Amino acid sequence: MRKVIMGNHALSYGAMLARSQVISAYPITPQTQVVELLSEMCADGTLDAQFIKVESEHSAMASCIGASVAGARAFTATSAQGLALMHEMLHWAAGGRHPIVMGNINRAMAPGWSIWTDQNDSLSQRDTGWMQFYCSSNQEVVDTVIQAFKVAETLMIPAMVILDAFALSHTYEVVDVPDQALVDRYLPPFKPSIKLTPADPRAFGGLTGAEHYMELRYKLQKDMEKAPALIEETGREFGKVFGRELGLVDPYLCGDAEFVFVTSGTAGFTARVAVDELRAAGVKAGNLRIKVFRPFPFDRVREVLGKVKKAAVVDRNCSYGAGGIFYQEVKSAVYGRPGMPPLIGYVAGLGGRDITTAQFKEVAADAMAKAKAEEEIVWIGVKK
Amino acid sequence: MSPEAKKEKKFALTLPAEELMACGHLACQGCGATLAMRYMLKALGQKTVLCIPACCWAVIDGPYPYSSLDVPIYHCAFETAASTATGVKAGLEATGDTETTVVAWAGDGGTFDIGIQALSGAAERNDDIIYVCYDNEAYMNTGIQRSSATPYGAWTTTTPVKHFKNRPKKDIVAILAAHRIPYIATASVSHPEDFVKKMKKAKDIRGTRFFHVYAPCPTGWKSRPEDTIKLARMAVQNGYFPLYEIEDGEKTTVNLKLKERKPVEDFLRLQGRFRHLKPAEVAAVQAEVDARWERLMRSCAG
Repeated sequence: MRKVIMGNHALSYGAMLARSQVISAYPITPQTQVVELLSEMCADGTLDAQFIKVESEHSAMASCIGASVAGARAFTATSAQGLALMHEMLHWAAGGRHPIVMGNINRAMAPGWSIWTDQNDSLSQRDTGWMQFYCSSNQEVVDTVIQAFKVAETLMIPAMVILDAFALSHTYEVVDVPDQALVDRYLPPFKPSIKLTPADPRAFGGLTGAEHYMELRYKLQKDMEKAPALIEETGREFGKVFGRELGLVDPYLCGDAEFVFVTSGTAGFTARVAVDELRAAGVKAGNLRIKVFRPFPFDRVREVLGKVKKAAVVDRNCSYGAGGIFYQEVKSAVYGRPGMPPLIGYVAGLGGRDITTAQFKEVAADAMAKAKAEEEIVWIGVKK
Repeated sequence: MSPEAKKEKKFALTLPAEELMACGHLACQGCGATLAMRYMLKALGQKTVLCIPACCWAVIDGPYPYSSLDVPIYHCAFETAASTATGVKAGLEATGDTETTVVAWAGDGGTFDIGIQALSGAAERNDDIIYVCYDNEAYMNTGIQRSSATPYGAWTTTTPVKHFKNRPKKDIVAILAAHRIPYIATASVSHPEDFVKKMKKAKDIRGTRFFHVYAPCPTGWKSRPEDTIKLARMAVQNGYFPLYEIEDGEKTTVNLKLKERKPVEDFLRLQGRFRHLKPAEVAAVQAEVDARWERLMRSCAG
């Protein structure tokens, strides 16, 4: 059914269609509508789930972990400070192999207080062992929640579905809300092989000495290495059932491009408009939008970049002392590989500042004028 | 009934024979917390799951891949005993298991200090869990550091004798009572029948149930392992740790009425952690115990 809904409600519909069994959440701007709608769905019986109104995000993730280990499909959503408060439990969820799916609305970290978008909140959780899916449209949000549960439960690795504050969370778009019967066909019920039950008493997560710990983490990495192929496979399957394929990356006019932007989130769609305008002006431009950040789609990124003369990575985040975080990752993907183009890193749009098509064209002009890669980060739209 | 038979009946053990705790655990000699677990499981039976945060019991159970308990355990983060238990209960309910008792089992640090937010949240929502705090009055697992459950006068590694703890123990039971949860009880390893009876009663109540269990720690108290039960009993009998229950945050019942309370000094002198206390300081402890006892009596009367 086609509906005009906000990005936050796209998360709610995704969690509902996935038949989440336990939802545990704490309010934070700009996430609130996600759980408000889910709360109503639980109250009116649209969704048969336990809704726990916890007293903090830390408890939200702890109770999702408890629900997941008891064998239930668990969902939560948060943003920025809330995500940071969960940090300890994010390690716990991934290390304990609990396939929770969480919506995160990208919001800049305080201080100063900001409720507007950038990606430093979710990228600060890079090394927790969660998969990270960055969305650019409300359609992609609802679809990705459903796919994320399938991938997460297959690998027993939790997944974050991420969207920009306001630019997507509060923006209304036409969304084809998937049919429940089709979702049920695509996403079977969660049936973990072991769970917390008196019928099969086990101790989960006890004291683990040096003779065992490393193997647990090795298995996490090995299963994470299976994720790219699984995301593509389940993405193609999604396409067969719902008519929309989901992948690791979203290349736009990259086939014959000489210059590409590497982008993510809603800026990834703004970049497409800039590409169209550059092409109209005779520049063979393209846009490589990275949809999945963890696992990092090394192969897909190399495939595109190996065919272009130069690439500009535009980050809506900054790792202070190193630069844009996607930039670091893309550099590591091409390192030591012959035939890879020079990369130039740009930081733009922090704390909700707009990233405009004009700025993308400014990036393109700057990058194309440079003969080789530069270490120095170029700041776009900053008042110096 | 003959006087002998009456005496026999009075001293007959009423504890369930079922053992859900095996030998091979890693507790210190004379550990009160270990007895507390054994008695609780006797009361609750096998249809129980435990959420255990960082505390002595995170280790006592045994390292991966072993467990000394015959019930499932989720080892959770330090401050999440209550919130994890809440999630487990919701997860079990959502998957059709409405019978299993979910227990959050935490030490005093995980309850009085770092876990109090999650505990307060669960209690306010009246989540259907039993929360047990086994109280050995300091961070014993990390090597005897003071917690807000450490009593006035006690030595710990962070309250050295020249700077012993000069604030009273936090009244966790009063805090929980203020949440008006259906059931709160104190218990002691010296009185297992009383503990098991109240735990069985709690099992059949729905909502948040809280147990404050006195669990002596010879390692941290600098007491003799063979004095664990003696110390626990003295604490009950001198009013230092009275046995009582509170229903719906209002109705207080003292389970063991004391005609006369023995002086607290004998109890303090058996523990190296109080060795440095001067007579005036011992008198201060006695005064605090007396005041607490009077408050308890008033709340029973009211």
